[in-house]
Amino acid sequence: MNSKEITTQISEAADSLNLKKWDYGASFSNDYSVQVDKGEAKQLKASQKQVLTIRVWNESNLVGITTTSDISESGIKKALNQANIASDFGNKNERTEFSPLAKNPIEVKYSKKRNPVGIKKLLTLLRAAEVKLLESHESIKSVPYNGLSESFFERVYANSDGAFRSYSKSQAALYLYARAEEKNKKPRSSGSVKLGYGVEDIDIESCIKDASNKTISHLNYSSIKTDKYLICFSPESFLTIINAFSSMFNARSILDGVSLSNKNSIGEKLSTEALNIYDDGLHEKNISSSPFDGEGTPTQKLCLINKGKLENFIHSESTARIFQTMPTGHAGLGSKVSVSPDWIVVEKSEENSDLKTSLDHSTYEGEFVYIEELNAIHAGVRASQGSFSLPFDGWLYKNGKKISIESATVAGDIKYLLKNIVNIESNQEVTTSGISPHIWVDELSITGDA
Amino acid sequence: MLSSQIKSNEIIFGSCNKDLLEEIIFYGMRLGADFVEIFIENTDNSSVLAEEDFITSVSPSFGRGAGIRIFKDKKDGFVSTNDLTKNGLMRSVSQAIEMLDITDNKKREVFNGLDKHRDYSLSKKKWINEVPSIHEISEKLLVSTKSLKKNNKIITRKGSYSRNLQEVIIASSDGTYVSDIRLHQTVGLNVIASDAQYRSSGSRRFGSSGMPNEFKFWDHEKAANDVFESSMNMLYADYVDAGQMPVVLANKFGGVIFHEACGHLLETTQIERGTTPFENKLNEKIAHESVTAIDEGISEGSFGSLSVDDEGMEPEKSVLIKDGILKKFISDRAGELRTGHKRTGSGRRQNYSFAAASRMRNTYIAKGEHSKEDLINSISDGLYCKSMGGGSVGATGQFNFAVEEGYLIKNGKLTNPVKGATLIGEAKEVMPKISMCGNDLELAPGFCGSISGSVNVTVGQPHIKVDSITVGGR
Repeated sequence: MNSKEITTQISEAADSLNLKKWDYGASFSNDYSVQVDKGEAKQLKASQKQVLTIRVWNESNLVGITTTSDISESGIKKALNQANIASDFGNKNERTEFSPLAKNPIEVKYSKKRNPVGIKKLLTLLRAAEVKLLESHESIKSVPYNGLSESFFERVYANSDGAFRSYSKSQAALYLYARAEEKNKKPRSSGSVKLGYGVEDIDIESCIKDASNKTISHLNYSSIKTDKYLICFSPESFLTIINAFSSMFNARSILDGVSLSNKNSIGEKLSTEALNIYDDGLHEKNISSSPFDGEGTPTQKLCLINKGKLENFIHSESTARIFQTMPTGHAGLGSKVSVSPDWIVVEKSEENSDLKTSLDHSTYEGEFVYIEELNAIHAGVRASQGSFSLPFDGWLYKNGKKISIESATVAGDIKYLLKNIVNIESNQEVTTSGISPHIWVDELSITGDA
Repeated sequence: MLSSQIKSNEIIFGSCNKDLLEEIIFYGMRLGADFVEIFIENTDNSSVLAEEDFITSVSPSFGRGAGIRIFKDKKDGFVSTNDLTKNGLMRSVSQAIEMLDITDNKKREVFNGLDKHRDYSLSKKKWINEVPSIHEISEKLLVSTKSLKKNNKIITRKGSYSRNLQEVIIASSDGTYVSDIRLHQTVGLNVIASDAQYRSSGSRRFGSSGMPNEFKFWDHEKAANDVFESSMNMLYADYVDAGQMPVVLANKFGGVIFHEACGHLLETTQIERGTTPFENKLNEKIAHESVTAIDEGISEGSFGSLSVDDEGMEPEKSVLIKDGILKKFISDRAGELRTGHKRTGSGRRQNYSFAAASRMRNTYIAKGEHSKEDLINSISDGLYCKSMGGGSVGATGQFNFAVEEGYLIKNGKLTNPVKGATLIGEAKEVMPKISMCGNDLELAPGFCGSISGSVNVTVGQPHIKVDSITVGGR
């Protein structure tokens, strides 16, 4: 069955059950992936997957939902029935409706679909990449975490009001994490991830080079004294922090009482005037872009922080109605509709005269800690309290030398961090989760060798 | 049901599918596979969320699918599908064979047909009718969130319940032919407390397996009091000063550190990757002599217990560490094939879309002889970690865990609450420093995410003392 046929089948089944109002979201995917171990194929995987989520509104206009992987005729009927039963427990205090934008035109500027290269080709490419990475430095003894995959999927949204959206695309991913060992030293590990629309779009050489360089750069390490330091966040690590605290911009989180912001926070000064942050799911560099969200609302670019001030929240249909605004294209279909950012873009605004532009990670000669990558986000971030304590990979720059930090955590408060940004470098870098320049923050606590 | 009479072109749960399964396995073996395994699943899940004084989400879901795994030498190909017809399953076998590039089908392993059906589901078919209804769950969750409303500093109250019922059929070319039904239920409470610039949170989760009536007897009032007290104690807490210090880790969920920092390193998947420092340490001392650690899947009702693993083997009780000496690794079929460590009934997966891997079940440090007070009294300046948050272990074995509820220890006594603490270390360095184990072993349920997805586990330990560990703070 294709997506049009499924829509017809749901519509007919709903009619037969006398269900007048419904919508659904579905995804259909075929995924292929390989892993290798010292030149040998380790595990080869293929999967065909389908997931259908149906919502039904009852006569009291309360919503029920069911998710299933069974899209047979009987499966669809069962799902509609279960959703109808679940609607008896629908939330009376926060009603859900169709998105008023679910029929608006959508923009699919950069979606590119590639043809599958197949498991054998994936395996050949990954084997070669592993060999090259192992040969890149004598201390690299293994590549314990590696994988090359390609996915082909279709996403659909439709409702009983006549909205129908569908798009299909492909995506490929390569990850290589090397492990280096030297005598009388602890093993060190680092890696790289690259995404593309298809395998042919992935820069395999640069993934190997990045993984090798990063791993080797941590071979000579030293502990760091517990203290407060001037910090330079890499683009990747700053985006990690912003995403971890994105509940500040999230209307759902505000209504749930788990955000640092409240309904009246728009206009609040959070940071230096030099900081702009956008959410731009349709950005041309976002390989994972989707032209519409779980409720069928078109994806759009939205300014979250403008010249240091909170400018907008991200919304679903119901949160937008409560905040008396329009949905922003950030909803995830569920019994309780979730809201989340797509792709964060950080940039320096025009109001940047207060920045200390001498702080440039490639030229600055004073002492600072460079945070390359933050780890254990799920464990070390208290988004509702604003605090974080996170292990990281990075270096201490001191007396003109760069020394890998053996093991340490950086701790602080997101509001403090934003207020203490002292420089935003000019060059933005593209990562797998967004775009950002290097960001400098003064006086954050580092715990190392106490 | 004896059903050699039943002929179907689709796997049907509750029926015997022996002929069809054998045909599919024979097909794979004829094409040159060394080993063929079929894992078929049918699920029926539901979850309920109460926020403040309202039910805000009821989410039923159901589904079915199959995972086909083929081994050739030490390689394996895995294909998952939602298509349970004979053609769909045959197609998956062909795809796995093709992926492995099996062209030589002369040297064949022998398949003598499936053994007698081992049906672990017989006494469990009634479970679906015994689990609480959505009405019963909703009522209890609302009473629970009401119990959390103890003062006006509590600004967010949540109660959640989820139930996962999984029916499985496992058949493989070594004759394994097994059916089972698994039931897991969890309930959790969360609060956020706030007063001016101060904020804290508290959470607790409870869970069981194979006990349909468990939720009905859950003591929500006790749970609510515990969560409330924790959030109030932490509301005005100062940030902890970073440093190297002795710590006492509480029992129950304190065991998450052993699970993450050491348990994972004892899974054969880590030997396969070459990422465990314990690979060649069997029968060597890797921990303080006070430490004995166990992984088992047999404690009745525990969240990580199972009648049979996802490869059709009954779980065993594995003593991993005995008096500080490494005795065993946790192994699955692929682990046995690739590392030589015998299977322990630990082949587990989240669902049909994952190949099974060696995973922990109920994992805990055995009880010792000391009281909790003995441990605290032995420390003049340290930290008591009453409640642990989540954590992670890096690729080189370094771990990092958040302390959700912590208290300073001064001169052998608990003093001020502190927040923002994280415990940082490496298993091989910390294990020898666990110098005292309490006599109050208790287990706690959790979810473990790893190579074969998220599986239900139990972590546990008595109170333990670590002589020195890095505490991250401000």
